Amino acid sequence: MAREKITGAEALMRSLANEGVDTIFGYPGGAIMPVFDALYHYTRGDNKVFNHILVRHEQAAAHAAEGYSRVSGKVGVCIVTSGPGATNTVTGVADALTDSTPIVVIAGQVGISALGTDAFQEVDLACLAQPICKWSYQIRRPEDIAWAISRAFYIAKSGRPGPVVIDFPKNIQQALTEYEPQHIDFIRSYNAYPQPDEEKTRLAAELINKSKKPIALVGHGVEIGNAQEELKEFLEKADIPAARTLMGLSALPSDHPLNMGMLGMHGNYAPNIKEQECDLLIAIGMRFSDRVTSNVATYAKQAKIIHLDIDASEIDKNVKTDIAIVADCKESLPKITALVHKNSHKEWIDSFKPLYETERERVIEPAIHPKGKFLLMAEVVNAVAEATDDNTVMVNDVGQNQMFSCRYFKFAKPLSLVTSGGLGTMGFGLPAAIGATFGAPGRTVCMFTGDGGFQMNIQELGTIMEQQTPVKVILLNNNYLGNVRQWQDMFFGGRRSFTRMMNPQYELICKGYNIPYGLAVTHEELKGEIEKMLSTDGPYVLECAVLEEDNVMPMVPPGKPINEMILGKEDFKE
Amino acid sequence: MDNDKKLYTLLIYTENMVGMLSQVTAVFTRRQVNIESINASASSIEGVHKYTITTWSDEEQVKTITKQIEKKVDVIKADYYTDDQIFIREDALFKLSTPVVMENPEISKIIRRADAQIIEVNPTFCTAVLSGVTKDIIALYTNLQERNCVLQYTRSGRIAITRNPVEEVNDLIAMRENNMKNQ
Repeated sequence: MAREKITGAEALMRSLANEGVDTIFGYPGGAIMPVFDALYHYTRGDNKVFNHILVRHEQAAAHAAEGYSRVSGKVGVCIVTSGPGATNTVTGVADALTDSTPIVVIAGQVGISALGTDAFQEVDLACLAQPICKWSYQIRRPEDIAWAISRAFYIAKSGRPGPVVIDFPKNIQQALTEYEPQHIDFIRSYNAYPQPDEEKTRLAAELINKSKKPIALVGHGVEIGNAQEELKEFLEKADIPAARTLMGLSALPSDHPLNMGMLGMHGNYAPNIKEQECDLLIAIGMRFSDRVTSNVATYAKQAKIIHLDIDASEIDKNVKTDIAIVADCKESLPKITALVHKNSHKEWIDSFKPLYETERERVIEPAIHPKGKFLLMAEVVNAVAEATDDNTVMVNDVGQNQMFSCRYFKFAKPLSLVTSGGLGTMGFGLPAAIGATFGAPGRTVCMFTGDGGFQMNIQELGTIMEQQTPVKVILLNNNYLGNVRQWQDMFFGGRRSFTRMMNPQYELICKGYNIPYGLAVTHEELKGEIEKMLSTDGPYVLECAVLEEDNVMPMVPPGKPINEMILGKEDFKE
Repeated sequence: MDNDKKLYTLLIYTENMVGMLSQVTAVFTRRQVNIESINASASSIEGVHKYTITTWSDEEQVKTITKQIEKKVDVIKADYYTDDQIFIREDALFKLSTPVVMENPEISKIIRRADAQIIEVNPTFCTAVLSGVTKDIIALYTNLQERNCVLQYTRSGRIAITRNPVEEVNDLIAMRENNMKNQ
């Protein structure tokens, strides 16, 4: 019997269903119309397979796919058209690569016969995306669709995850083909899960057993590898204080007794100082970003360094290591734990406390319980953290709002933070929060943003309105691009070059989108407004009029060693 | 040229897929590192392409570049070598003016001494080919150029094989395929 022939677009639908896709973020256009026509039948009626979310800009589709992925651990999917539709996703693709987030972008393309002719809405996406994605591929034959999609999902989610871009010419979408489901879980050129080296594991355990002053640096890799329990067992057995990178904040609960805070430029005082005093750094699923190390020539020179990472190209890239174990930390951590002695580093751990107290007195207390007239960002974040439960997902944008929300929010569960850590993409927050509500239905999603970043993808209020997406937007409005303004004040002679912003009336904008809106201006109003926001079903925008010229502190000034972290602007010396 | 820089040779094995060359070279471009020479061709393994790339670099940089190339999904293996670790060859073609060569008997001697071969002769030009290492080729070129007989000259990218008795990439593929079967 002749096998059934279906269109390429239909083959794509079956391939996506075969990968267990339930949610697609997309935007139609000319060169992807056959796919959207097939999608029509897959998104309604009794046989509904996919929930398709129509965004208002393709960049938002990519960020929403990231947000979906970061809270669900699944692959985020977006479908867009060729040319500008495809190029609009590029920022999200780059963001997903930097933050190891598995997404698959499927973009329409002009028909194969028109390729290279500067046809309408033609752009060489496979080439354009190549350096910013894990794999990019143009499907050239309809019989390759099942293979390409299965390979795309396998590459996106395995090993160190990342984005995959599929370029799908229109004539291939329309061509007829037989369909055979594919399940790719092996590519001979690609070693997704290298096994931990036994000798190096033994040497690492030996170093850990000898160490008097160890620190563990916990990164996003722990969460990606789902190794939170393995991490805790390791830390608790060897009694090692741990600090988390920005991306790793929800990999270890904030209230864990061995959690010493956040690393990096605006992290906590104690871990930054102690990194320069420790005798051993154990980096777990982190990549020694320049935000963590600051001046790398002066970084932890006194310490031995053990680096656990699944990506061999991260080893010795920024910081030279003594022992590197290339493997998923879910594999390597238990092997090390088995070899380390049960230990106590009480004196060393206690030595973090006075530093924490210093930071609490000079920075944290005045920030969360301010004496001045105006609301502070930290105060708002702290109040939201206190009012929400352990199950809350925190999403943020980029800038001061990101630093304050990462510093002052509390994390109890893994997969609770969605932030643009590596690329620092303003405009990430709102669409990523939309994605997070679909990736973690039932969890409260609070999104902190500033007046700058909010306006970079503000059109997504349209998506929120249409979907009634329960995103709680906390808009920290200081009428400035605050982070840049802080740097201008500290390092550019106070010349505020284009950082002051004239803002719209957000209340009217929310009204236009029919989204409930609240405003907090005084300390007294704050708690009540937060309660109102949390008790309102569906979306909500809470604007907080915060102090215009607040600075994120503490801070490692650019180019300085991390132990020269300052606690206040007045401490800064050239 | 910085003093701490050496000429490194990268041997890269990839799947035979569209766009691999640009994936490989993009890693150099990102760091603004110049590729000195490049050769790409089918390898001894079916469906596998071999790239031989030379670049002036320091070890730290070439190591990072090599790892970032190997990280590409369709790159099977990438390694870097210094000249003492590999056998190296390059080809050069010289188109010489036949009247000038006939006039000056010294030129024929230079060609013979360099172990180059004349592969074509006609009344206007003759073509010589030399297979060797870079410095021999450049020496011959300089010598001929001084005698004003060179009409055209071209030099190929480097090709290289390792001193290892086995083709490591075969073993790697076999090992991965075995591990897969045993899973």
